[in-house]
Amino acid sequence: MKGTYLGEFEEVVLLAVAIRSGDAYGAAVTSEIEQQMGRSVNLGAVHSALHRLEEKGLVNSQMGGATAERGGRRKRLYSVTIAGKRALEEIHQLRNQMWESIPKTAWS
Amino acid sequence: MATPHLPRPPHWATRLLHGFCADHLVEEMEGDLEELFHQRVQIMGEKQARIRYVLDVLSLIRLFVLKQKVTEYSLLPNSIMLRNYAMIAFRNLVRQKGYAFINIAGLAVGMTVAMLIGLWVYDELSFNQYHQNYNHIARVMNQVTDEQELHIGNSLQYPLAVELKNAYGDQFTHLLKASWTQSYILSHGDAKVSKIGIYIEDGAPEMLTLKMLRGTWAGLRDPHSILLSESTAKALFGDKEPLNQFIKINASIDVKVTGVYEDLPQNTEFHEIQFFAPFDLWVSMNEWIEKRAVNDWNNHFLRIYAQIKPNTSFETISNTIKDTELDKIKNLEGLQEQVAHHPQIFLHPMSQWHLYGSFEKGIPEKGPVQMVWLVGIIGGFVLLLACINFMNLSTARSEKRAREVGIRKTLGSLREQLISQFLGESYLVVIFAFCLSLLFTQLSLPWFNGIANKDMHMLWGNSWFWLTSIGFIGITGLLAGSYPALYLSSFHPVKVLKGTLHIGRSASTPRKLLVVLQFTVSVTLIICTIVVYQQIQFAKNRPVGYDRKGLITMEMKSADFYGKYDLLRTALQKTGVVTEMSESMGKVTEVTSGNGGFNWKGQTQNQDKDFGTLTVTPEHGKTVGWQFVAGRDFSRELASDSSGMVINEAAARYMGLKNPVGEPVSWTWSQSQKIKQYRILGVIKDMVMDSPYEPIKPTLFYIQGFNGSVSWINIRLNPRVSTSQALSKIEAVFKKLIPTAPFDYQFVDQDYAKKFAEEERIGKLASVFALLAIFISCLGLFGLASFVAEQRTKEIGIRKVLGATIMSIWQLLSKDFVLLITLSFVISTPLAWYFLNNWLQTYEYRTHIYWWIFAVTGAGALVITLLTVSFQSIKVALMNPVKSLRNE
Repeated sequence: MKGTYLGEFEEVVLLAVAIRSGDAYGAAVTSEIEQQMGRSVNLGAVHSALHRLEEKGLVNSQMGGATAERGGRRKRLYSVTIAGKRALEEIHQLRNQMWESIPKTAWS
Repeated sequence: MATPHLPRPPHWATRLLHGFCADHLVEEMEGDLEELFHQRVQIMGEKQARIRYVLDVLSLIRLFVLKQKVTEYSLLPNSIMLRNYAMIAFRNLVRQKGYAFINIAGLAVGMTVAMLIGLWVYDELSFNQYHQNYNHIARVMNQVTDEQELHIGNSLQYPLAVELKNAYGDQFTHLLKASWTQSYILSHGDAKVSKIGIYIEDGAPEMLTLKMLRGTWAGLRDPHSILLSESTAKALFGDKEPLNQFIKINASIDVKVTGVYEDLPQNTEFHEIQFFAPFDLWVSMNEWIEKRAVNDWNNHFLRIYAQIKPNTSFETISNTIKDTELDKIKNLEGLQEQVAHHPQIFLHPMSQWHLYGSFEKGIPEKGPVQMVWLVGIIGGFVLLLACINFMNLSTARSEKRAREVGIRKTLGSLREQLISQFLGESYLVVIFAFCLSLLFTQLSLPWFNGIANKDMHMLWGNSWFWLTSIGFIGITGLLAGSYPALYLSSFHPVKVLKGTLHIGRSASTPRKLLVVLQFTVSVTLIICTIVVYQQIQFAKNRPVGYDRKGLITMEMKSADFYGKYDLLRTALQKTGVVTEMSESMGKVTEVTSGNGGFNWKGQTQNQDKDFGTLTVTPEHGKTVGWQFVAGRDFSRELASDSSGMVINEAAARYMGLKNPVGEPVSWTWSQSQKIKQYRILGVIKDMVMDSPYEPIKPTLFYIQGFNGSVSWINIRLNPRVSTSQALSKIEAVFKKLIPTAPFDYQFVDQDYAKKFAEEERIGKLASVFALLAIFISCLGLFGLASFVAEQRTKEIGIRKVLGATIMSIWQLLSKDFVLLITLSFVISTPLAWYFLNNWLQTYEYRTHIYWWIFAVTGAGALVITLLTVSFQSIKVALMNPVKSLRNE
């Protein structure tokens, strides 16, 4: 079902949108991920992830102003919706809960 | 902050992006790409950044960026827009009533023709499929090589049937001996009917899957039984129970009705057969079979029908059985001549009986199949004409709606929506026309059945019919709708609304081409119709050489006839309504028998062709109306005339006799070497007895112990008595003298007319189609002319103000069309000539293709065109210029 499942890359992109809140667009998200994770990502992959997230209703978008560094072209600014925020929280909580469940003996 | 050298991303990659990326996405994509590029130039240098840029562009080729999804809006119109479209379509139809009528009626007529022809083709192709074992039934045929020529026939020998059954019986489900089909008198009490029947072995009802209404398939087991068709049973018994009743065949043999089956439909080979009787009964009725035929490999008189086992094929069995006859007869004495002819046996599958049923020199004749395809093609053409009209008118009219397109576009209609609107409108018309054509077809089917001599029904339950129809609707709607849809939706709204849109001259070129095509087809069809008609008339008017009028003929089906010749003749002459009567071996309108073995003085080596031969009574000449060229007729008084002979001119010519009268002719029967001597008494004018299209066969007439060897009675009516009166008196005589037979007569002139039935059928069909073709074409022309006239209303107004006469305006508007029609006439003339010449070659006795046929057709087409176009052009020319110029 659409909207109920977040892929790993989608999660990363959604987190990046949240981090760059107010200034999240394709190129910014791409460089954010590259900086944070130290790996190079495809612009195409980021765009399709953003598109999917938007279809799932986890992010919103609107056209933003033009800047000189992109040759005067406008950018599409993304922001996390309430549903997106909740999805992130759920994942976070799920992970924590799983961490908690690891028995101490597992590491020894 | 302008930098002198700013690194640029690879230009081609950007262009690639523009190539595939949807318009509403391209700005942000390009911006992102460029921003990242500049960042990367700083970090990893220009070269790396360029590579990454290209990789990013390539990685952007994803479904959601691709062009096909141009919009986020739904392309499916909502209900309000749908209502609006429907209303616009309806208003357009109503406002242009004439145009709508031409469009819908023309298309409906074309579809009706196509549908009727489709039914006909289907009927022909599905011939015999009534029988459920259709795919496994065959008839056994034989083939002999005679002087390098293959002859194929289905008359087989009795011992062959026995041999096939003994040697290969396990390969067949049924292998049935059968008689030829013939007409018999069936009687029950006072009810007498004459019906065609077949004597066949027991398995036939099962093989042919007769639908039994009473009794069972086992009804032929008892040798004195009979199965009747429903209509025959009705004719004999009315509403009484037919089962287990006794009836008489030819007033002599009693048989019990053991079954009644549903009448066979018209499109089966066995349609004419009205009863099935046991084969053994036939054998017992005909002494000669037991006496002479059962062991004679030389007596071909039998039909053999077979149903093969499902796990084998006709080819396999044909290959197995082909030498059955040869293997058997090569060891028998006296059959060496037959061996030399290399007789071979093969199976002829039921699926080929109808369309590949007759053979010419061993090869199936193409005639019937070609006929089916030819008619199919004509139907296709008529339909094409209607479609062309539809397309032409839709495109012509569509230009008037440019303004609507402009407004819709400025109000935000997408091109896709416009396309679907126009396509939808064209489908609406096509579907409406289709429904009309269903109605037309249903209504005209009885009439069409009459012309085609068939019994066809609408195929409401046939999935192929619906699939074809849906396919056709799809294609026509698309063809007719696509041009306006694509062309109109491409208009620039500003230009259209400003009124500066000019539709170039080239826009009407395809329309002109289509008009030429239409008229080429129509004119060709008309020329063909006229020539077919001419050919029929030509053959009909061929001198027949005897007097057809007032001559009636009847077959002697009952044994009661024989030995009563003199009695009948005097009784009939006494009534005063009959001037003369004779008996003959064959019908007046047919040469039924042929014989070789004649010798005469001056005969050359290679003159050994078969003559047509006819046994007659001495009064035959007087009855039929022979016209003597030389010599005299038979005479009753001269006993020596029993070895006399009357020959026709063709025979005299063939024999090469200058003075044939008195010449001796000897006749040797090959089997017995008996020789009989004849003397020629007279020569008569050639009589058309066979096909009126073929040269006349050399024919010999002679008298030979005529009781028993003659089977037709010919009666010449007294011309001074009314026919109905004469017939009732003759009937009375027959009732008294031969009470067992129904008075079942034919008029010779009607019988002769039947020879033209096939050609007349083609002629009628062709003329109907030709008329419809020209009608449809003229409808289209009328529509186009009115369109052109309307387009040029203003121009004509100005011309009139400046002093143009009505005549000159009429000329102006008609000139173009006349040119087009002339062009199509020039194209169709050689085309028609070629086809017709080929067709006429198949007849020996044929008419010429006269030049005036072309002239008349050409002139006719021109006149019709002018009439069609003039109506519009004169209307426009007469219009008050004030009116046409007042607007704007």
